[in-house]
Amino acid sequence: MPRRKLVTSLLLGAGSLAGSVLYRRRAARHRERVDIYAEDGSMVSVADGAPEAARLLSLAHELIHSVES
Amino acid sequence: MLRTVDAAQALADLTEISSQIVHVAIVDRDGGVLASTLGDERQAGRFAEGVARLLEEADVAGAVRGLAGFVQLEAATLDGSIFVVRSPAGSSYIAAVTRPEPTVGLVFYDLKHCLKSVGAPAPPARATRRKKADASS
Repeated sequence: MPRRKLVTSLLLGAGSLAGSVLYRRRAARHRERVDIYAEDGSMVSVADGAPEAARLLSLAHELIHSVES
Repeated sequence: MLRTVDAAQALADLTEISSQIVHVAIVDRDGGVLASTLGDERQAGRFAEGVARLLEEADVAGAVRGLAGFVQLEAATLDGSIFVVRSPAGSSYIAAVTRPEPTVGLVFYDLKHCLKSVGAPAPPARATRRKKADASS
């Protein structure tokens, strides 16, 4: 059944591609974060998705774009 | 005035050794820009204001998580990162914009070194020897 094999291969390929895109997007989102360090060496990480992260990351984006222009 | 010149030289040295840093500024406690690599004073002023807002928000976020005051931060985005290091006395801070995915430890090290060099006391002036005539009078 060559046609059936072809369809299976295409579906597997499409599935892999979609999975790869979703994984990359998810990984990229997790790369956006704010790490805050105290004097004693302790650190808190405010990752994208946390309540304060949106404001902090928005300010960071603004700053980065402000120096580009 | 001398301090500002020193800060400018420190930033020139910093950008020369660190290719990851795109722009950097040294700002005093009152928000005054001591030196920056940004094109003009207005842009540097806007940058300092933005960093001040980021520091306020980071103070709040840190406090919510039980962190009492902070000395440095990194805000990492896909377009680049913002680094801020406060001086131990809290009298000034250095803020930098870097390329995406920088070597975090190295950037912090360079920024601390730069801030320290600006805050370092000037070497003592050489003592001038009094003339004999003056000393005898």
